[in-house]
Amino acid sequence: MSRDTALVSAEWAEKNLSQPGLVFVEVDEDTAAYGTGHIPGAVRLDWKTELQDQVRRDFVDQEQFSALLSSKGIGNGDTVILYGGNNNWFAAYAYWYFKLYGHGDVKLLDGGRKKWELDGRPLVTEVPERAATSYEAKPQDLSIRAFRDEVLAAIGTANLVDVRSPDEYAGRLLAPAHLPQEQSQRAGHVPTAISVPWSKAANEDGTFKSDDELRALYADLDERDTIAYCRIGERSSHTWFVLKEILGRENVKNYDGSWTEYGSLVGVPIALGDTPGGN
Amino acid sequence: MATATVVNAASCAAPDQAAPIPASVDLAKETVITGVVLAGDQVVPGAYVRLLDATGEFTAEVVTSAEGVFRFFAAPGDWTLRALSRAGNGDAVVNVERGISEVTVKVA
Repeated sequence: MSRDTALVSAEWAEKNLSQPGLVFVEVDEDTAAYGTGHIPGAVRLDWKTELQDQVRRDFVDQEQFSALLSSKGIGNGDTVILYGGNNNWFAAYAYWYFKLYGHGDVKLLDGGRKKWELDGRPLVTEVPERAATSYEAKPQDLSIRAFRDEVLAAIGTANLVDVRSPDEYAGRLLAPAHLPQEQSQRAGHVPTAISVPWSKAANEDGTFKSDDELRALYADLDERDTIAYCRIGERSSHTWFVLKEILGRENVKNYDGSWTEYGSLVGVPIALGDTPGGN
Repeated sequence: MATATVVNAASCAAPDQAAPIPASVDLAKETVITGVVLAGDQVVPGAYVRLLDATGEFTAEVVTSAEGVFRFFAAPGDWTLRALSRAGNGDAVVNVERGISEVTVKVA
């Protein structure tokens, strides 16, 4: 993968809005955003009610994902262009999710909703009607998904990248600063994890930085396998996207349980402060 | 009457910026930075407001409400608010304590 295959620009997208076989999909942190205006023709995915199992803490399964995409009118052969707010956090999460379930052609709109809006490109409120399909998801590709035991095993043996803000990494905050901080789990980071906040990979307008800038940003990663994590797995999807899909790095996993799981486990090691800490 | 958005602690979802602060938020412990984005004397809805820490590092970003309002839950100290909008961009530097701090960010 590379920038050319994984990303499309806002300019390209606007010229190709009605191209057959392309489906624009908005995935937001603010699930009301779509209703206030979206890219013409775009359908909406609700990351919380549609991509998450509503009982267990996990994703919807292969069958549920198949049913979901069928109901959205997305076919296995469609090129899916994902975009969203908050610098594409949830769009990147959905991108990883589409890859997890083996979708063939999926791309991110560089800059997401923010750049589209700041550029003054068209937004509409009408919801498109797409005929249902018979989507068939593949089994989860676990080569891109890390579970908690793999994270523990990675301490001191693989690259761990904590992509949260520096204050969350150090244990001074438990959540991003646009959310209340009252939570029960412990603060800190996985020992030996390096801190590379996801935001360093993005420009102010939400577009990704250049390949050279991105390579320099992750220069501390060595040739070992890599696991990225954040708090709930969406910001680390953004970093996973940079490492795997833009820079083409091998063996990169996203730990979707992330700090809300790790920081609540009994007996696991935690490091506090601004440095990685030993194992 | 506006309905308060319930902030789900297990999500990173951006809460409605215009909603009242949820009753579960303890203002004796929280450091809330809130205010409006103005272009001249007009409020700017839909502006992207970025919270940068004392070193200039990005910490969080929200979109202003229909009334141009933004809100962050931060920590005591120095912060920069940077607003991006189709009406222009602008910065405001603040030093805050616990409780609610109000700040206006002007864009041009």
